[in-house]
This record gives sequence, C-alpha cells and structure tokens, in this order.
Amino acid sequence: MAEVLVVTSGKGGVGKTTSTAALGAALAQTGQNVVVIDFDVGLRNLDLVMGAERRVVYDLINVVQGDANLNQALIKDKRVDSLSLLPASQTRDKDALTAEGVERVINELKGRFDWIICDSPAGIERGAYFAMRHADLAVIVTNPEVSSVRDSDRIIGLLDSKTEKAERGETIEKLLLLTRYDPVRAERGDMLKVDDVLEILSIPLLGIIPESPEVLKASNLGSPVTLANPISAPSRAYLDAARRLRGETIEMTVPTEKRGLFGSLFGRRAA
Amino acid sequence: MPPAAALQIVPNTPEPEGKRRQVRFRGRSFMALVLTPEPPTEDWLAELDALAARSPGFFGDRPVVLDVSAIKASPRTLAALLGQLESRGVRLIGVEGCDPKFLDGPNARLAMPVGGRAAGELSAPEPGSVATGSLVVEQPVRSGQTISFNGDVTICGSVASGAEVIASGSIHVYGALRGRAIAGSAGNAKARIFCRKLDAELLAIDGVYMTTERLDPKLKGKAVKAWLDGENLRVDALD
Ligand SMILES: Nc1ncnc2c1ncn2[C@@H]1O[C@H](COP(=O)(O)OP(=O)(O)OP(=O)(O)O)[C@@H](O)[C@H]1O
Ligand SMILES: [Mg+2]
Repeated sequence: MAEVLVVTSGKGGVGKTTSTAALGAALAQTGQNVVVIDFDVGLRNLDLVMGAERRVVYDLINVVQGDANLNQALIKDKRVDSLSLLPASQTRDKDALTAEGVERVINELKGRFDWIICDSPAGIERGAYFAMRHADLAVIVTNPEVSSVRDSDRIIGLLDSKTEKAERGETIEKLLLLTRYDPVRAERGDMLKVDDVLEILSIPLLGIIPESPEVLKASNLGSPVTLANPISAPSRAYLDAARRLRGETIEMTVPTEKRGLFGSLFGRRAA
Repeated sequence: MPPAAALQIVPNTPEPEGKRRQVRFRGRSFMALVLTPEPPTEDWLAELDALAARSPGFFGDRPVVLDVSAIKASPRTLAALLGQLESRGVRLIGVEGCDPKFLDGPNARLAMPVGGRAAGELSAPEPGSVATGSLVVEQPVRSGQTISFNGDVTICGSVASGAEVIASGSIHVYGALRGRAIAGSAGNAKARIFCRKLDAELLAIDGVYMTTERLDPKLKGKAVKAWLDGENLRVDALD
C-alpha cells in the first residue's frame, strides 16, 4: 500500500524542501519506490535541491490539467533509481491546481510508488491545502523557536480537520521533525529545548536534525543531503528518521559532526 | 458544522481623569453554518436545493459562512455564486478561502479578516443540544481554533497560543492554557476559569478581561482559578 506523506509547517523557510529531498532519497536508498512532489507552485525549489532543474519539461500543473501524462512529467533521479520527482510549475500560480486534478494524480501515483511525499508550500492557503489533502501521514517540520512552533500547532489543527482522512472521521498520523537544532544554543536558552516543543505540540518525535553547513553545501550541489554526504550529522539524522518511518525503533539522538560521537539525548522513541 | 464566534469589544463610557479605563470585552457566540461548495458548482447548488427542499426553513435566518477553498473561484464565478446563494435566501456573514480582493463592491464586507476567521474545527455541539450543558473536548485545542459553547467547557488537553475557548459558563483546562479563555461570555459574573498550567494570552469573565501582562508573574505555570470579584478579575493559585 502506498503511503501519502505531506511535509508541512505553516511557517516558511524552516526546512520542508530540504527534508522532503533528504527523506525521499533516504527511503529510496533502502529500496523503496519514492516520488517527491513539489506543491510550491510558482516558487518551485525541490527541482533545484534535487539537481533536476534542467530536466523539467512538464510539471504538476500540466498533469493536473490533463496537458501531459505522468510518464512525461516524472523525472527519475540519476543517482538513485527508485527516486522520482514531480516538479511544480514556476510560471503558473496555485489557482491552477484543482481538487479533482490533484486527486487523480495522487491516485495514479499510488499505483506506482511505495511513498508519495508532498512538499507543501508555506502558509495555510490553497497550495498547502492541496498538499495535505490526501495525506495518510504528516511530517511537521518545526524549528526550535516560538513562531515556528505556533505555526506548526495551527497546521496540526488543519490536518485534523481539512484532510480527507479527517473528514472520514479518521485521525491522520502526525510526526514532529525538529530541524535546524543547535544543542549549544538550546542549552544556553537561546532556543526552545526539545522537551518544550514536544510538550506544546504533543505529537511523537520523528527526528532531530542539527543545524549544519552541510545542508547548504548539498543544496548548492543540487543533491539531497543524504546523498551528497551520507556521513554528515544532518544526513545521519535524516537516515534515522527515514528508518523510523519504515517502522524501525531507533534511539533518538542528535548526531554531531564528530564521527562516532552521538549526543544521546534521551530514550524517547518515535511512535 | 463548526460554530462561529463573534467577539464584541464594548468600550466603557469614558471615566474621569486618573481613573483606570476599562474596556469591556464581551463574547457572543452563535452557530453559523459553514458551506463548502465543491466543484462542479452547479451540482453542488442542486444538492443544496435538494437539502432545502427536504428541510424547509433549514437556512432560516441562520448566519452562514461560505468556504470557497475547494473551488477554483475567480472574482466572476464568486460573484455569480454569491448571487445564487442570495437568491436562495442564504444569509452570508462571511466568505473565506479566497483572495479577499475577489470580493468587491457590496460583497467586500464579506471578506473574513485574515487570521480572525472562526475556525472551530473541533467537535461542535449539535444544533439541538445548544441550550446549556457541558462540552468535553478530548483533543488539544490548536492555534487558530475556536471552541465556542453555550455552557461549561472542559478541555482535557492544552489550549495553544493563538487558540480560544469561549463559554457562556465556566472553563476548565486540564492541560496548559496558553491561548485565550473567555468565560461567562453571554453575561454571567459567576462563571470561572480553572487551568492546570497558566500561560494564557487573555482571560475574560463576563466581559472583564485581563492580558497576561497584568498577571502576577508568580502565577505563570501554576494551577490557578480565575473569578470575578465585583468589577475585578482575580486570579489565584489552586494549591
Ligand atoms: N539543518 C539545517 N542546517 C542548516 N541550514 C538548513 C537546515 N535545514 C534547512 N536549512 C536551510 O534553510 C533554508 C530554508 O530551507 P528549505 O528551503 O528547505 O525550507 P522550506 O521550509 O522548504 O522553505 P519554504 O517555506 O520557502 O518552502 C535553506 O537555505 C536551507 O539550506
Ligand atoms: Mg520549500
């Protein structure tokens, strides 16, 4: 059964696109068939982070509107065979998305992939709504600061009411991905601590991704960080998160750049 | 059918110089139907007509909020849809889910203020049971949500920053209260607010409100009760 996962946050610039690419690549490296979809119509980014910007011919809007089929629009990753990208359109805007069109595309993808990962735009408008609409599972990307946490809380409320699953009376699974986490600054009190964020949002923790220059380096190379430098601290955190998504139980740590040295935080497990 | 809440801010008559001015803050809550048209709009309107035929007076003079986020509304199609609803006697108090600029002319007043929309996505009381009673909310109240109820409200989890609970009776929060709690909203000086961990943005009882700035910092994070002592809102630890 295909899992539809939305990567969302409410607040902009917290690491949704980075996380979509990193988790998508990490899942694909374990042999899963993965497609990542960019719902940020008009401000597409995922193609750049994946290094596929020169290969985009057709996009999500073309498929939604029936002007192209999926075979024409899907871009296969050159590094990992089982990873594909469905890019957004840079020239159109979110009004070009339609409910029926998006539903048809998701249903078609369900027949072909194990994971359908939707990179949501920031905000709570149309694009974010369509990205979460069909999700079974949501990864809430949050930075350890109050505005990001509050926006995440808002998004969780919307996930519990505006998704198809919620409307059927089921609950959508929500997992917290704490990104750009700096243990030193958290200790100094410049940032919220992991426990504070968990207490406010009260959803299970999927992973803690440390702040690291490796992320920007990878995106400049046009590669998901988990492929660009798999032993870097953020990559190890994303690889662990991907294994938790597959149902494995892995101790929660904040990897640091010193190899082999894991800052063990606590024995909390993701649900 | 989420409830919509309207808050009225009622300024007091000006007080003599030197005396603290108090702004009264009354909440009024009522049920509003939220209609969410789905494409194709013609079919949806036909459904609506069928519903109206089955239950005459269903819309009556009940306020209605139109959520157009599921349809591809342009200024023109939106105006047409509003006309269709008006001709059916539907009383719109607001439109959400589209660019407010799409609402022009006489329809401009229908634009819902950004962030001020009454979300109320959690369990809403059935119209029949609105009288008085108690509402128990099992889930946390998330930022942007409004729980509005005619009676007492018990929240098992927390109330987030940017969320609000409005009750004509008392409010009990068993988690942290980080948002707003407005008790005795329809005029009830005996209503109280209880919470296990106080970090509220605003407390109000019977129109008398207090923001956290004016709260004793020692009470932050404590289990407290709030009640009205004449014209003063008092907050004290529960021990
Ligand atoms: N763990 C990290 N360490 C350092 N920088 C990071 C980390 N995660 C993300 N960034 C940087 O933060 C910026 C925003 O990241 P990204 O584009 O993934 O966010 P987004 O949530 O998708 O943004 P938008 O809301 O605009 O779509 C980028 O410059 C990215 O390189
Ligand atoms: Mg992005």
